[in-house]
Order: sequence, then structure tokens, then C-alpha cells
Amino acid sequence: MKFKQTVLLGAAMAGLLASSAASAAEEQFIGLPSYRVGPYAAGGVGIFGGWIDYMQLINERDGGVNGVKLTWEECETEYNNARGVECYERLKKKGSTGNTVFQPVSTGITYSVLEKVAQDKIPMVTIGYGRTDAADGRVFPWVFPMITTYWSQASAIVNYMGQKEGGMDKLKGKKIGLLYHDSAYGKESHAIMDKLAAKHGFEVIKIAVAHPGNEQQSQWLQIRQAKPDYVVLWGWGVMNPTAIKAAAKTGYPREKLIGVWWSGAEEDTIPAGTAAKGFVAAGFNVAGASYPVVADIKKHVYGKDKGNMEDKSRIGSVYYNRGVVHGIITVEGIRKAQEKFGKGKSLTGEQMRWGLENLNLDDARLKALGATGFMPPLKITCADHEGPGKVKFQQWDGTQWKVITDWVDSDRPLVRGMIEESAAAYAKEKGIKPRDCSKES
Amino acid sequence: MQFFIEVLVGGLLSGVMYALVALGFVLIYKASGVFNFAQGAMVFFAALTFVGFQEVLPGWLGMAADSSIVFWLAFLLAFLAMIVLGVATERIVLRPLVNQPHITLFMATIGLTYVIEGIAQMTWGATVRGLDLGIVDEPIAWLMDNYEIGISKFDLFAAGVAASLVALLALLFQYTKVGRALRAVADDHQAALSIGIPLQTIWRVVWAVAGFVALVAGMIWGARNGVQFALTFTALKALPVLILGGFTSVPGAIVGGLIIGASEKLAEVYVGPFVGGGIEGWFPYMLALAFLLVRPEGLFGEKHIDRV
Repeated sequence: MKFKQTVLLGAAMAGLLASSAASAAEEQFIGLPSYRVGPYAAGGVGIFGGWIDYMQLINERDGGVNGVKLTWEECETEYNNARGVECYERLKKKGSTGNTVFQPVSTGITYSVLEKVAQDKIPMVTIGYGRTDAADGRVFPWVFPMITTYWSQASAIVNYMGQKEGGMDKLKGKKIGLLYHDSAYGKESHAIMDKLAAKHGFEVIKIAVAHPGNEQQSQWLQIRQAKPDYVVLWGWGVMNPTAIKAAAKTGYPREKLIGVWWSGAEEDTIPAGTAAKGFVAAGFNVAGASYPVVADIKKHVYGKDKGNMEDKSRIGSVYYNRGVVHGIITVEGIRKAQEKFGKGKSLTGEQMRWGLENLNLDDARLKALGATGFMPPLKITCADHEGPGKVKFQQWDGTQWKVITDWVDSDRPLVRGMIEESAAAYAKEKGIKPRDCSKES
Repeated sequence: MQFFIEVLVGGLLSGVMYALVALGFVLIYKASGVFNFAQGAMVFFAALTFVGFQEVLPGWLGMAADSSIVFWLAFLLAFLAMIVLGVATERIVLRPLVNQPHITLFMATIGLTYVIEGIAQMTWGATVRGLDLGIVDEPIAWLMDNYEIGISKFDLFAAGVAASLVALLALLFQYTKVGRALRAVADDHQAALSIGIPLQTIWRVVWAVAGFVALVAGMIWGARNGVQFALTFTALKALPVLILGGFTSVPGAIVGGLIIGASEKLAEVYVGPFVGGGIEGWFPYMLALAFLLVRPEGLFGEKHIDRV
């Protein structure tokens, strides 16, 4: 009798272990190094809210990716490099196969873990931030600065100005002010703007704004004196509304003030009040809640009261939608990797890297995702970890962003040349032998 | 020449904005000898509480958001919140540390900074808000048309508010019983206690007044740049002002503000282009450092002499 009980108990235990192993195998863990408190919380709440809502949508509407449920855990970085590294370490071994992909949403943290991700074999996706030359996948196989980089953005902004002037040749002799955050992020614009100025014959007037940028009177007096035809606002945080207000105060036309994507959110325009009307900004994603993907989130996630955003009025804002883009890329990377390594199976970081490197979100796929026009079509290859390098331009009408252009191209040959040159220098410095992409499958 | 005048006047007016924040530091330092590291966080907390009430009151009272009743009620409630914060700070943070070295109190205010920032964002959220005080931030047309000098109406309004605050505080310190008690406490805690001045009450009053100053500063800075976490950084602008003007002088905060404001703008415009620009961030500190070497107590600060 006792023997029979022991056998039954053993069988039950084995069954339990097997079922828990099976359920663990059906999960894919994504670590989220979020920032919901501290100086940049306003952006973080939107980005991570949108991202989580999209993953929740996949779980609620589709039952996961081919049946694999997405799981996640947030780790608060406060946008601090040291904490970001701590979060990376804390999250990397979570889940049955470890962290699938690391997306730090911070250039500083990106640089801090750049070499770690290669050692740990965890792909790092940096959408619209991070190290630009990492777009050369031959030198940086584990880093994916997807959609567009700072250099592509600068080039697209100049192309937009060319469109407004009636041709790139019309930029000759023009003056373009570059009001930049006096940091590594702000100075990332210098090399590309100098190259573009030399190519098109315009003059760049670089004006630095010391962090945090809450006082810009002297900069705008210099702008008033120089009378530039356009001003590129390469700002961050409080620097943006301060610049917009100062532009209004000095009488500079807002439609000639062109913000980068970290200057073009509701968080930048609403504090500036009526002064922001007419302000134009670039974006690799657009604002709006009418896109089918956002409508689906409202229906399947918020309809079941499982949404992440406390302030629901922010659904469809620039930062929220940027988070949805992060979610789309994460999920589609998993989906692509599953095609090769087995549908319904959870993936390792190495397998996910393959998925990301073979990602192809063409028009048809974007339409199926309900994201046509929401983000540009995206094709990643072994050599090109960036993709299209395109942005749309939106204009603030006083209450909301209105899209005013289609996707605007960057000067791809020029930008790609700079990327390869810089990546080659990095490879030489670090003794890295670039991959031969013809041998990758 | 008119460009120089414009830079100079603009700088002076910016300096007044810095002085507004510096005043809060001076008040607390005067009464308790504590350098209140949390002053920037108080500015943020006060402004966020004001706009937070502005958002919720129309729903509670069934009134239009732009109603003046909503504005003044929000102001009153934000001020009450600052009083509660001041009283709680005295009760929880300062009282247990009476007679402890100043550095201990200073460290306590560093901790207080994070608590206040956390409470503010936890209560009202992290969303960046606009704040409209009804004064447009645009140049005075007459000056622009006749002399091509752009002096902002908003900056002049801020200067007026700062001047009124200084006058009010000067009256409080010079001509009221509380003011005299404040000065006595500032001179010597033990001596003030020995003649029956209630130290704890005085500290509560002074933290409440500093809260009021933080509210005014937060509203003005918030109206200019939006009510957001970056308001805590305004404290960074106030530090060189304090070093220059003296930590214990209300007029010193204003004069220090004017000097810092004007010099940083002139330096940025005329020196900045030769060194790559963006010098506004560190130039005031360099100036303050140089000043420290010559006059450590600041322009109007009390000279401290120790008998050895």
C-alpha cells in the first residue's frame, strides 16, 4: 500500500514538473528597463505604457505569438546609466530562456552595455537613439539602431527644407541654425550637418544650450541677430518648450523651427502653449489614436481593463505610439525567429538576434498589423541594422499634431558612407573583424 | 550698442527669476542655518500641486477651468499644501535633529529632496503641464518698434513680483514680532530659546514662508517652461546667486541674481562663440568661485568671526 502511494505521488510530481516545464516553454520573457519616475518620467510613462499595451494586445487578442505568451518585468532606471546596467544584469537571466532582447531607451545606457550584450548574446534594439554607426551590422552584430538614426534624421530634415524651398539647389547660400543640447547627444548632429552644408552650400550656425536648457535668452538673441532661414531644434526635455517659447518671444516663425524626434512630442508643445502653434518636428512614428493598431489596443486591452496607462488621454500621443512601435518590433522579431527555430517555442537571445536581422515589415505586413503610415516599412539585413532611415514631419496645430508629409528619405549614400567609415574605425580600434555577410544565412 | 543693451536688460530680468528661487534658500538659511537642498524640489512640488488642483477643481466644483475662483482656490490649496509640508518637515525631519551639526541637517534636506520629488510625481503624475498666468511672453511693442529692443512683458511681470516679494519679506523681517523672532533665531538658537522664543514655531513659520516663495517661483518658472520635473533644476541657477549675494541677505539674493543673470548672458553672447558656446551652465559658478576668494560671505552676507 505504502509503495503504491509512493509511486502515485512520484507520478503526480513528475506530471506537475512536466506541465510546469511545458508552460514555461510557452513563455517569452522581455525585460523592460523603464523610467517612470525622475526627470524623464513624462516620456517614459508614455513609451513603456504603449509598449506594454501592445504586448498585452498580442496576449489578449492572439493568445501570444503562435501560442507563446509574452511575459515582462519592469526595472526602474530613472534614466540613470548605473541603474540601467544594474537592470540589464538583473533582467538578463529572467524567464525560461533569459531576456529575449534589451531595449534601454537611453543612449547612455546603450553605450554602457554595448560590449556586454555581445558577450551575453542578447540583442539590443535602439530605436531612434544610441550609437549611430552600430547600424553597420558587420561590426555590431548584436546592436540594432532600427528605423532611423540621428544622422539619417538630420539628413531627412535638410531634405524637408529642400522640399519647402522648391529643390535642394535652393538651399545654396541659406543659413541653418542648429540649436543643440550641449551634450554628446546634441553634438551627434555636428558631423552630418557639416557634411550636408558642404554638399548643398548652406551655412550651419551651431548654437549650444547648456543642460537643462531652461534659460535660452542669449541663444535666441544670437539667432535673431544671425537671421537663419531655418532653425533645427536638437533638444531634450525642458529645453524644447523653452526654445519654442523663446522663438515666439523673438518673433521667429515657428514653421521654420524644425524639431528632432526628441523635440516633437506633446510634452514639448503643450507647456509652450499658443507659442507652439505651427512648430514642425520629425518623427519615425506619428501621433494619433485612429490607427487600427491603437484602436485594437483600446478594444482588446482597455476594453478588458488591462491597460497600462493611468491617463488614458495619452493613448495615441507621440511617446505612447513610439512605445507601440517598440512593441511591434519586439513581437515581429520573435515571430520571425519562430519561423526558423520553431513556431510555438520560446527563443534564446541568439535566436532572437537572427529574427531581428531578418525582419521585413513591408507594406503588406504593416497593413496586417494595422500600422500603415504609423511607422515606415522596415527591412533589416546582416549589413544594415538601421533600415529605411525615413521620417515624417508633423506640425502642431495648437491642440494636436498633424502629419504634413509622407515619409521623407535621408541622403542614404552619404549617411551610409559615414556609418561605414565610423564603424570601420571602431572595428580597427577594438580589433574586431567585420562579418562577411555573404556567408550569413 | 542696442544689441548689448538688449542682452544686458534680458540678463538682468533673467537674474530676477533666479533670485526668486534664491529667496527661498535665504529664508531657511537665515532662520536655521540650514542650507535647504530641497528648495528646488519644493518649487516643483508647489507648482505641480497648483496645476494639479487647477485640473481637478473644475470637476469638483462644476466650474469652468479658466474661472478666477478656480485659480485662486488652487493657489490657496497649494499654499496650504506647502504649509503642511513645512510643518511636517519641522516635525519629522528637523525637530529630531535640533542642535546637531549643520552638515547633518544639510544631509537630511538631501533626503527630503527625493521624498518631495517622489510624493509630487506619485500624487499628480509625471505628465508635463502647461501653466497660463494670462501674461503673454512677448516683447513690448513700443520698445520693439522704436528702438528694436525686445523686452518681454512676462519678464517685467516676474521682476515686479520679485520686487513685491522682497518688499513684503523685508517688512516681515523688520517690522513684525515674528520677523524679530526670526532674526533672533538666525543669530543664535540657544540664546533665542533662553529668552522664550519658540524655536519650533519659528521654524514652521519660516518653512511655510519659504513654501510660499517656492509656490510663486514655481508658478512663474512653470508658466515660462511648463510644469515639469525640470523645475527642480532651477535650484542650480540659484546657487551662484546665493554665493554672490550672501546666504543670509534677502536684498543680496536680488542683487546677486541681477549680477549673475547679466554676466552669464553677456558671457554667453560675447565670449561663448570663442569657446564653443554653452558656457551659461558653468560661467556663473566660475564667477561665484572667483568672488568667494575675495569675499567669502558674499556681497551682503554677515561676516562670521570666530574667537579663538
